Amino acid sequence: MARPSFFGLLLIAPALAMIGVLFLYPLGFSLVSAFAGPDGGASLASFHKAYELYSTDILFTLFIVIVSTLLTALFSIAIAGILTLSETPWLVSVLRNLYRWPLFIPFIVAAQCMRTFLAKNGLMNNSFVALGIIEPIQATSLLDWRGIIITFVWKQVPFVTLMLAGAMASIDRATIEAGRNLGASRLRVLIELVLPQVAQTLLVGLVLSFVTMLSVLSVPMMVAGSQPTMLTVDMAFRINSYGDYSTANALGVISYIIAGTVAWIYLRHNVRREAQA
Amino acid sequence: MSGKTVLSPATGSFPLKNAGRADVRRSAPARTWAFGSTLLKVLALALFAFLLFGPLANLVLWSVAERWYAPFKLPVSYGMRYWEVVFRPTGDAMSSLATSVAIACLTVVVALAVSVPAGYALARLRLPWRTGLMILFLLPQAFPSVAIYINVARVFYGLGLTGTIPGVVLVHAAHGLVYSVWIAAAAFAAVDRDLELAARNIGASPLRTFFTITLPLAAPGIMASAIFVFLESLDEFTGTFFVGVPQVTTLPLLLYNASMGGNYQIASITALILLVPSVLFMIVIERFLKADVLSKVGQ
Repeated sequence: MARPSFFGLLLIAPALAMIGVLFLYPLGFSLVSAFAGPDGGASLASFHKAYELYSTDILFTLFIVIVSTLLTALFSIAIAGILTLSETPWLVSVLRNLYRWPLFIPFIVAAQCMRTFLAKNGLMNNSFVALGIIEPIQATSLLDWRGIIITFVWKQVPFVTLMLAGAMASIDRATIEAGRNLGASRLRVLIELVLPQVAQTLLVGLVLSFVTMLSVLSVPMMVAGSQPTMLTVDMAFRINSYGDYSTANALGVISYIIAGTVAWIYLRHNVRREAQA
Repeated sequence: MSGKTVLSPATGSFPLKNAGRADVRRSAPARTWAFGSTLLKVLALALFAFLLFGPLANLVLWSVAERWYAPFKLPVSYGMRYWEVVFRPTGDAMSSLATSVAIACLTVVVALAVSVPAGYALARLRLPWRTGLMILFLLPQAFPSVAIYINVARVFYGLGLTGTIPGVVLVHAAHGLVYSVWIAAAAFAAVDRDLELAARNIGASPLRTFFTITLPLAAPGIMASAIFVFLESLDEFTGTFFVGVPQVTTLPLLLYNASMGGNYQIASITALILLVPSVLFMIVIERFLKADVLSKVGQ
């Protein structure tokens, strides 16, 4: 087992070739295309154009994804916290059976659900009116930036909660009991004792959610048709309407940079943690 | 049923975990407080359930609504007319369903054909830069995919692969590769090495050991990875949107076109069809993905 196995490389080669042809090559293509000028030389012209046309959308995308990630974190911590610390068995049991439902629902189905649910005449407003919570005149359509955030959070909370609740279940109960016995409230136990022990899992879940939300095309197209919109929609528009690959790829590179920054924050946190350990 | 609770006969309330902290005979204010707290929990759960299932309920309502317009809060008339339209053998939906399932099956075949050997190599053989290779398979999932797909479409256009089933299958297979490779590697890693050694000791060839011992033992995990890949392919929208149009219409594309065209009935029924495999999957996955395999995913 000492020397690298030639046979092993042979076995993995087809899978590597597939990643190379279908991922690395197009990735290189997008970088080259983004930095290519009209005369063929290297240039930042596409980025200039992308910034001029879509600077609002870049900020909008960042806003949507960051707010959605923060809300996902908040709800996931709340649900996982209740599942771990609640002393009401029926509550835990009902919640455990409820929260997972959106987990395997595709984004495009979630988008279609929300397209009808959040509309001015959608089920949400209608139910609130029927219950007398709001007046019919107060019903507003949430099919704009709020709709995108709601759809993302609805779809991602179960995923992060599943990871988080798993991590919380595996930590040492003794620390929780000790905290409770010393008179700490459950909220305080959650924030000061439980969360620090599962921070790593939470961070992984949030980084994955962030990048996923950054690359979803169907939700911004279907839930909010208006301007401003997210970078994925702009890229599709540049290609389908103008065949403008250089600007689309410049936007693509901008989204890589956003995703890369998040990955970098995650890795830096990891390194710091390992240095402490 | 882990969450099953039994009413305690003595107090008529739920048994408390920390009985020492709660008085069995509560004073009147404490009872009111407990009742208020329970009411609050029930209300919060009800709101949570509404927000969780409301969007899905709206989907179901649209699928059986023949006429529904403002200001009516519920459909004006119900019926299965649109289901008949969708399931008509000549309908777009049935051909899209057939296309989707065919693409998903081919994607599973392609993905397993490359990931079973790769997973075995990663789990059992000595590879240089093993961690790097594992991360390489993760990258297509970790990158904003629209930017990749527009360039894949451009490359495929030159090769005559845009608008073809093989083109879409390749895109889906690359996208699902992280699941198939990682889960296959975990499945092979979870196979007890002693069993393989025992087979070799009594004279089985390496190939025979693989096919009679290793592969059958890893099969449930590989099955789980196949289900993952199948579902990913069935639900995939962005890649098909760039590589498949206009010739290849899968269910997600049909759903998108119907929804943007304002035909909410067709869109909702298509969405419900897409939900069926996902829900079935949620039920069967625990049978295929065992804890010993799960604990080795990504290692």
